[in-house]
Amino acid sequence: MTTLTDTPAPVAGTPATGPARQAWRRLRTRPAALASAAVLLLLVALALAAPLLAALAGQDPNTYHDDLVDSARGGVPYGAFGGASTDHWLGVEPGTGRDLFVRLLYGARISLLVAVGATVVQVLLGLLVGLAAGLGNRWIDATLGRITDVFLALPFLVLAIALTAVVPRDFPRPLLLILVIGLLGWAGTSRIVRAQTLTLKGLDFVAASRLAGSGRWRTARRELLPSLAAPVITYAAILVPTNIVVEASLSFLGVGVTPPTPSWGQMLSTAQTWFRADPAYVLLPAGLLFTTVLAFTVLGDAVRTALDPREAGRLGVGTRKETSR
Amino acid sequence: MTRYVLKRLAGAALVLLALSVLVYALFYIAPGDPARLACGERCNPEQIAQVREQLGLNESVFTQFLHFLQGVFAGRDYSTGTGVLHCEAPCLGLSYQNDQQVTELVLERLGATASLALGAMVIWLVVGIGTGLLSALRRGGLTERTLTVLTLAGTGTPVFILGLLLLMAVCAYLQWLPFPTYVPLGEDPEQWAWNMLLPWLTLGFFESAKYARLTRSSTLETLAEDHIRTFRAYGVGERSVVTRHALRGAVPPVIALSAIDLGTMFGGAVLTESLFGIPGLGKTLIDGVRHVDLPVVVGIVLLTGVAVVLANVVADLLYALADRRVALT
Amino acid sequence: MTLPNPGPGTKAPLVEVDRLTVEFGGGVRAVDDLSFTLEAGRALALVGESGSGKSTVAGALLGLHRGTGARTGGTVRVGGIDVGAAGPDELRRLRGGVAAMVFQDPLSALDPYYAVGDQIAEVYRVHHPGPRKAARARAVEVLDRVGIPDAVRRSRSRPHEFSGGMRQRALLAMALACEPRLLVADEPTTALDVTVQAQILDLLHELRRETGTALLLVTHDVGVAAESVDDVLVMRGGREVERGPVTAVLGAPAESYTRALLAAVPRLDGPARTARAHGLGTVDAADADFAHDRGGLLAGVADEPLLEAVELRREFGRGKAAVTAVDGVSLTVRAGETLGVVGESGSGKTTLGRMLVRLLDPTGGRLRYRGAEIGALSERELRSCRRELQMVFQDPVASLNPRRSVGESIADPLRVAGERDETRIRRRVRELLDRVGLDPDRYEAYPHEFSGGQRQRVGIARALAAEPRLIVCDEPVSALDVTTQAQVTALLAELQAELGLGLVFIAHDLAVVRQVSDRVAVMRDGRIVEQGTVDEVYGAPQDPYTRQLLAAVPSLDPVLAAERRGRRREPAAA
Repeated sequence: MTTLTDTPAPVAGTPATGPARQAWRRLRTRPAALASAAVLLLLVALALAAPLLAALAGQDPNTYHDDLVDSARGGVPYGAFGGASTDHWLGVEPGTGRDLFVRLLYGARISLLVAVGATVVQVLLGLLVGLAAGLGNRWIDATLGRITDVFLALPFLVLAIALTAVVPRDFPRPLLLILVIGLLGWAGTSRIVRAQTLTLKGLDFVAASRLAGSGRWRTARRELLPSLAAPVITYAAILVPTNIVVEASLSFLGVGVTPPTPSWGQMLSTAQTWFRADPAYVLLPAGLLFTTVLAFTVLGDAVRTALDPREAGRLGVGTRKETSR
Repeated sequence: MTRYVLKRLAGAALVLLALSVLVYALFYIAPGDPARLACGERCNPEQIAQVREQLGLNESVFTQFLHFLQGVFAGRDYSTGTGVLHCEAPCLGLSYQNDQQVTELVLERLGATASLALGAMVIWLVVGIGTGLLSALRRGGLTERTLTVLTLAGTGTPVFILGLLLLMAVCAYLQWLPFPTYVPLGEDPEQWAWNMLLPWLTLGFFESAKYARLTRSSTLETLAEDHIRTFRAYGVGERSVVTRHALRGAVPPVIALSAIDLGTMFGGAVLTESLFGIPGLGKTLIDGVRHVDLPVVVGIVLLTGVAVVLANVVADLLYALADRRVALT
Repeated sequence: MTLPNPGPGTKAPLVEVDRLTVEFGGGVRAVDDLSFTLEAGRALALVGESGSGKSTVAGALLGLHRGTGARTGGTVRVGGIDVGAAGPDELRRLRGGVAAMVFQDPLSALDPYYAVGDQIAEVYRVHHPGPRKAARARAVEVLDRVGIPDAVRRSRSRPHEFSGGMRQRALLAMALACEPRLLVADEPTTALDVTVQAQILDLLHELRRETGTALLLVTHDVGVAAESVDDVLVMRGGREVERGPVTAVLGAPAESYTRALLAAVPRLDGPARTARAHGLGTVDAADADFAHDRGGLLAGVADEPLLEAVELRREFGRGKAAVTAVDGVSLTVRAGETLGVVGESGSGKTTLGRMLVRLLDPTGGRLRYRGAEIGALSERELRSCRRELQMVFQDPVASLNPRRSVGESIADPLRVAGERDETRIRRRVRELLDRVGLDPDRYEAYPHEFSGGQRQRVGIARALAAEPRLIVCDEPVSALDVTTQAQVTALLAELQAELGLGLVFIAHDLAVVRQVSDRVAVMRDGRIVEQGTVDEVYGAPQDPYTRQLLAAVPSLDPVLAAERRGRRREPAAA
């Protein structure tokens, strides 16, 4: 900065006008979005601190407590609220007597890990394929377009279920889930990236960049990627809660993580046989899953509005009428 | 028009061929030993070898795939050790568990899946489009805010949570309905409907959240278009503007999405079926996965692929018919 | 209502606007204390640049701002109806029945899902309840009246099956259907080519003569107003600048703003670029020095063309779907000279421009830059001359990356050229910003903080940063207001004189091209139909198409306009 004495350096506090900062400003004024962000931050913090909290509670996710469940009544926990006590803050699991609080926390770890991991795989693959299709020649575009079509046409959940069946049991399950969800679900991102790339490629500022002598790579990095960020982030924000639900669904169906690793979906699956006797065992994981998905959805919605393409449309990007489909 | 349909169908056939190669490769080549799986846990090596012989697993992968395709298009014979079992085209193989023909099994289970999907569709179209329209037209009011919250909550609830809560409330606590057990339509239509009511509501409400959002956004989008302004500026009444012009523009995407969703459900609304114990394709798939019954799994995956691909073609056609601006090329 | 429906004979004017103000959210006052009247059967034009509030006034006549959150003050009476206070039924009678609106963009103004005839019938039935069949018949009748050929069959077509001009005719038909006493036309010809514009304006004129309908015309184009109306109201910033009979206001404007506006309008009969028509003769000493610096280009090889295209071709698509956009075009551009390329939409002028700077690859013909063939060079081989051929684009919005500061955009060519010293880059960008008339301190500003004209200046600065010898300007001023247009064309001429640039100026506006060019090429359907000096092409056009184009350009002189309308009608009648 010392060399630039003739230019006023950007001073902190002056109104920032970059598009990203504008988006942030719009986002900041939405209470629902902020509340969602807060909930998610808390959840992530809890999940990260799960071992610590477990130690604090003096519990372990996999220790059975046969003395806490009533084997005469099929294993229903003693006491009200699923056996909640000072030892077991949220009660214990019916049948086994494992500590519910700690199992829910560990379940959050799996849920977030798989969902975020899968999203990363989906976005990276989608970016790669979409950019290649958008920037490549006609032949590359057609081939990749076909492949994308096939993947979009795949019955996602059905294939995910089927895939989890054929992989050997000793393969680490969370990694398997990340790969399965990620490898099956990249096509949507790829479509968006390709369409956006094609639109941007036709815009004059990209032509200007070519005229300036920039090579393909430089143009892609300087002109395309920044403009792709908004739609990709928006789409990723929708992918995360979807992936959480997919993971929970697979676990619910018994093809997700393998016991004894705790997972919300799996708890809900076992809860099917307990909801009369022990409603807390249904409501706790259901409420947690619901809150998480809802918070991600609300946040995703807010991010989309903040980065609204129509907002960019007011700046006129990509608003020229497309003549080809 | 005809040209377009033929072109799309040819494209769909290509996609399906690619899908079958992919599925075949994944399920028959990648994992362990199909013969061992088919034979069961307690088979000795000789028995496994025999099964391998019967299933034609000694041949090259390519030949196996050709046999598979031959089965699909022309049918094929299986030796069962004691005799020959002919499997009519389209033959998707025999179940490892009980040697039942997969095609037969799939057809048997199709009824339950179709019952569920069609009934749920009625609900999601009525509830979804209705809610979406209402919240688009009552903008800024309490109605809109309530509906927005409900819709958001709906998108945030996985279908099995909604189902579990409904089961808990309606069957366990209020005891308005018995726990659903599937009764085929042909057996007793009344019992069929009563037992399907909860699954329909579950799946229908779950899907309607998505449709409400779509209807709302596409109605608002159409209402913002210039031609709406034209009709308002010519004194056309608001009711007519909405029903004739705004709705007309809002409906095509909803139709298209419905077609695709319906297609996807042929793979079974796996979660709903498995929660309510409906013996449809989805539940069959899950059972197949549990028992590593590969021919059943492959058969259902392929069938779903066919349904989804065809649904996509139908969706595009419907969309183009509804929106004449889209050129069919 | 004290004056229910005064007929054409009564004294009360058809439109009375009294101290109208319209304020949109955020306290933006679009219309500020505006008053005017319009007698039955007369025509008034609201003329102004963008942001002058003229369209808002048009909307206010039909009460279109009611219920949108806009705050209106003052009164508007149309045909005796108080627009601000009218009940729903009265408002519906007003809209379409008393006053009918013709909107700007004919494609989006009609419902894409319904047949054109049905849409007109629907509107007709709102005001004349009756059987569907009668309404359909009326629709066909008005479509026929506005010159839609085979109206019975075409009334069953959907809007997208119509051409732009036909759609505008259909919109006029819709307006006519209910025999309104007032037509409100909001930029009715802005989206159309100049020859189609002339047809629509003639039609409008004829219809008014026949039906005696009054007209309120909203336009940015003074020429269009001069052709069509009796009175003119010049607006600026929501207020009236000047009002009076069209001959008085355009012939002897009293206000300085009106004078400036009129002076900025390029005209076919105004001064051409004769001073430098022969380019190199007038290069002054400083320029010559500069030219020497750049390798004696101007002095040494004065007559050698900078860029030469021979039989240049470009097809899009393959097989049966192939379209020839440029079909054998030959032209030359010399240093210090401006070649104007003029043509209507679809004439291939943009494709040609992009080929000249090698943004598009020609599919046939030759392209020579300073004697060397560059038409078939690969991107790598082009590198040596890439930066010497630059372009200024039409859309001032799409030509700048909204996510990068303008300084960064301008610095691009410098960085690509290998400049690494940030201080030098900054200094050069500031120089360039200053040179194109922008504040050098706005390096960090983003494109949306600039006006259209300023963005176009940024685009010019970016082109200059590459130190080009030739700049292709593709409709550089068509998105700008006239006063801004004049500034940008002046800047281009200045830079050309200073740097000895060769310019290719592509535009649809014949008057602008005449103003800036030394030589002109007229394009149609991918071919050049006529090429020559400005005097030759404009003074004595040889090709019938050129003559047709020139005859279609609206004249600023109402008397002349009427005369030319008569002349246009003659060949049409023959």
